[in-house]
Amino acid sequence: MSEHELKVQHKQEVQHEGETTKPEKYFVPAVDIYETEKKVVVVSEMAGVPSSGVEVTLDADVLTIRGNTEDEAPSDTRILLNEFDSGHYLRRFTVAETIDQANITASMNDGILTVTLPKAEPAQPRKIKVEVN
Amino acid sequence: MAIIRFTERPGFRNPWAEFERIRQGFDQLSRNFAGRDVQYGDANVFPPLNIFEDRESLIVKAEIAGVNSQNLEISLEGETLTIQGIRKKSNNETLSYHRREIERGNFSRAISLPVKVDPDTVSAKLKNGILTVTINKAAEVKPRQVNVTTE
Repeated sequence: MSEHELKVQHKQEVQHEGETTKPEKYFVPAVDIYETEKKVVVVSEMAGVPSSGVEVTLDADVLTIRGNTEDEAPSDTRILLNEFDSGHYLRRFTVAETIDQANITASMNDGILTVTLPKAEPAQPRKIKVEVN
Repeated sequence: MAIIRFTERPGFRNPWAEFERIRQGFDQLSRNFAGRDVQYGDANVFPPLNIFEDRESLIVKAEIAGVNSQNLEISLEGETLTIQGIRKKSNNETLSYHRREIERGNFSRAISLPVKVDPDTVSAKLKNGILTVTINKAAEVKPRQVNVTTE
C-alpha cells in the first residue's frame, strides 16, 4: 500500500464564454497527460459520467473532452451534508503534436476517461529533383 | 430625567459604540450558524460526501473516480460509516508526464451518521466512479403516522 494519503481536490467550475440556457454546472476535470514515442494519452477524472456521456473531439489542434453526468440527487430526499456538486465536465487543450485523427480512441472506466491520441507518422523525407532545362 | 441606555447614545458620545456594533455582528453570525440545516462546505478528508435522507433511509454518496470495487472497503460500526480504499498508481512510472493533476494513493474516511440505522440493511453500489451507500433508518427513528380517532 502506498503511503500517500489522498487529499480532496475541490472541483473548479468552468468559466463560461457564453451563458447556458439550462441551469447546468460544468466543472474542470483533473487530468494527467503523458506522452510516449507513439502517442499522447490524456487521463481525466470524471466521476458520475457513463461511457455514453463522453464526447471527445479534435478540431484543428484543439482537443475537447466533455462528460455529461448521469449522477443526480435522489428524488424525494432532504440533503443533510453537501460536499460536492454534481455536474458535467468540460476541458479543452491545444495539442502541439500532429495527431493521427482517424485512430483516436477513448475508454471510460470507473469514472476515469482515457483518451489515446496516436501521433501521426512523420512525413518521410523526400528528395526533390531539380530539373535543369 | 429620561433614562437613556448607554449603548443607545449617539456614537460621538459613546466610546463603546464600536464594540456594540461588533457584538451585534457576532450575534448575527451565530444566528446564521444555528439556523442552518444543511452543511455545505468543502470536505477536508477524501472522498467528498453527500448525504441525503428520506423517510425510510439514509443515502450516502461519495465521489471516488478511479477506484474499483476490489480496492474499496466499507464498514459500519454502530453509527459510524467507514469508507476506505486505494486509488492505484499507474503501472508505468517511467512515463514522461506533461500534467499530473489526479492524485493517487490511499484514503480512509469515517463519518458518524446523523440518525440511528439498521445495520442489516446496508447496501453499497459503485457506478461510474460514484459510490452510493443506502442504509435503512432504525425502526425507532422512523417517523410514525398517528391516526386520530374521533369519538
